[in-house]
Amino acid sequence: MKRAISMLGVALALGAWADAASAQTFKTVTDRGSLICGVSQGLPGFSLPDDKGNWTGLDVDFCRAIAAAIFNDPGKVKFSPLSAKDRFEALRSREIDVLARNTTWTSSRDTSLGLNFAAVNYYDGQGFMVRKALKVNSALELNGASVCTQTGTTTELNLADYFRANNMKYEVIAFATADETVKAYEGGRCDAFTTDVSQLYSEKLKLANSNDHVILPEVISKEPLGPAVRHGDDQWFDVVKWVHYAMLNAEELGVSQKTIDEALKSSLPEIKRLVGTEGNYGEQLGLTKDWVVRIVKHVGNYGESFDRNVGTGSKLGISRGLNRLWTKGGIQYAPPIR
Amino acid sequence: MRRQSAEAGASRPHRVAFYNNPTVRGAAYQLALLVALLWFGYEFALNAKANLEAQRITSGFGFLGNTAGFGVNQSLIPYSETDTYGRVFLVGLLNTLLVSGLGIALATILGFLIGIARLSPNWLLARLAGGYVELIRNLPLLFQILFWYLAVLGTLPNPRQAVSLFGGVFLTNRGIILPAPVAGEGSIYVFAALMLAIIATCALARWARRRLERTGRQFPTFRAGAALIIGLPLMALIATSFPIGIERPELRGFNFVGGMRLVPEFVALLVALVTYTAAFIAEVVRAGILAVPRGQTEAAQALGFRRGKTLRLIVVPQALRVIVPPLTNQYLNLTKNSSLAVAIGYPDLFAVFAGTALNQTGQAIEIIVITMAVYLSISLLTSLAMNWYNARVRLSER
Repeated sequence: MKRAISMLGVALALGAWADAASAQTFKTVTDRGSLICGVSQGLPGFSLPDDKGNWTGLDVDFCRAIAAAIFNDPGKVKFSPLSAKDRFEALRSREIDVLARNTTWTSSRDTSLGLNFAAVNYYDGQGFMVRKALKVNSALELNGASVCTQTGTTTELNLADYFRANNMKYEVIAFATADETVKAYEGGRCDAFTTDVSQLYSEKLKLANSNDHVILPEVISKEPLGPAVRHGDDQWFDVVKWVHYAMLNAEELGVSQKTIDEALKSSLPEIKRLVGTEGNYGEQLGLTKDWVVRIVKHVGNYGESFDRNVGTGSKLGISRGLNRLWTKGGIQYAPPIR
Repeated sequence: MRRQSAEAGASRPHRVAFYNNPTVRGAAYQLALLVALLWFGYEFALNAKANLEAQRITSGFGFLGNTAGFGVNQSLIPYSETDTYGRVFLVGLLNTLLVSGLGIALATILGFLIGIARLSPNWLLARLAGGYVELIRNLPLLFQILFWYLAVLGTLPNPRQAVSLFGGVFLTNRGIILPAPVAGEGSIYVFAALMLAIIATCALARWARRRLERTGRQFPTFRAGAALIIGLPLMALIATSFPIGIERPELRGFNFVGGMRLVPEFVALLVALVTYTAAFIAEVVRAGILAVPRGQTEAAQALGFRRGKTLRLIVVPQALRVIVPPLTNQYLNLTKNSSLAVAIGYPDLFAVFAGTALNQTGQAIEIIVITMAVYLSISLLTSLAMNWYNARVRLSER
């Protein structure tokens, strides 16, 4: 029902108000006094409310970082949980300002859905989880299997490609939400559950006997996950993009929640530009000079957020892998602030 | 001049200005409304197109020819990942029609049985039927669908420990697996014989009815028809030395291979829709039967009709007049409710086309318009058929 309403919203928004397309999201957000951020319906490590209703996760931190940069208050975010199917409609119909919902960046989504991907905050790939009892060691042994997945995802397409490329038969059962999908897998409707590897790790935690399940070694696709904004709003696009780069630059320069006060006294030109003691790079974005200080103080740099939510400091314990900084063998790389 | 106008006035004494003519006025207002509506629609479409272009959102119906690239777990027509979105639309539509069509047929049968049972003089039967109706119609349908899917079918064992019934039927959490008939060479004659038997039975029934009306003599239509429908194909089977075999399912790898499989999503949806709608149909049937005056039954008994005949020839034909219009509503409800399939992953039109395809292409307006048009067409066609039937069973008044 909610989807139907949001679709009607899209239709009306697109049909009725001609000049709304290039609206200023940045102004809307500052006028409103809070950011509305589209997140998942509960994915440990990325976006999940705890028992007190506080949202945590890598994507949540990203939204909090934007709020910190704009309002100097990471609490000024309203989180809007969305299913995979509803997420783009919600963004296009202006229900949310930014979509940080472990969303894969693909060419068709970038070009034909009316949205722009601002950055990649997690490099992921698609994998499979099966029961240990099946004694399957490789995804190539899944011929004839029933596979549960979530509808409206790239996963659904990769799955079809993979089985077709390897001449294997399969049966796909696609559900509207992640919870329904996992429930069906847990109930034995499917032999395998497929989604992004990071998500497999976090869903595995939610299973009753998580040790009875195993994640297969194959990674069958590229899944660069990142935040997206509406197409045609360049100022807002820049803000969102540079919040991510600021967090990466902070990590690269060793500026963290612990060292931020020292960094403010630093005489290194790169750090001075980062924390705003030199230049007015934040103001060029429409923010304040100390925008990075706000982000790092309230949320931390990229590495801190990663460790806390999905990395070794979290229950998921996923290794940084591709998401290491480029200086440490990964591919997370930010253009310089200058 | 004055005289002329007086003459004109006299020759057309009641002539009013054309714009005061009620017919003309009415037509003009309707025309104006129509123009305004068309203009609104045109502006809406134009505006939507301009905005979609401004936001770089693809529009148009070209996507129907693009490759879909995702799998669907139940299809009545051959479908693979390399087929187009147009094909996906057909697959979804057929799945919707399958579950709705079967649902309507089964819900009607079950509903009539329960409705009649509720009026039965048998105390226990009537109470059971009443309890059924009150329980089922007062619980939300979505809840019932999830109940059948998760609590009933979901708790069946996996294929390797399948429950076996009658040797060939297996109940598993992957679905109900049945032996499938395999049509061999010559089986066409058997089907032809079956068709012939059905046509012959229809003709026989028509003839028997005419004769009854003309002469009052009865003919055992049911027994003759049954003999035809069973006998003719059986003779064809023997004549062609049994070309129809049975393929038994067997466990291989993860799942059963061979045989026929009803996926649990389909079974759960069908059972929930049938039981839910049957509760409403039962009430419709009960109301219809109670609407026939008791004097009709008494008159029939006075004429010496037996109970079954009274029901079949006197009560039900009159009750149908009351039953058919609300029954149509229930049929429409069932069809529309089938879109709840999305909750359990049954690939109906709404789930596959207005769900997955919409999400992969992002073309909300086109897909929603197509989907709305399809549901509207199905509903209107159902109404049309039922109205035609209603006109036939209407009391012919002289």
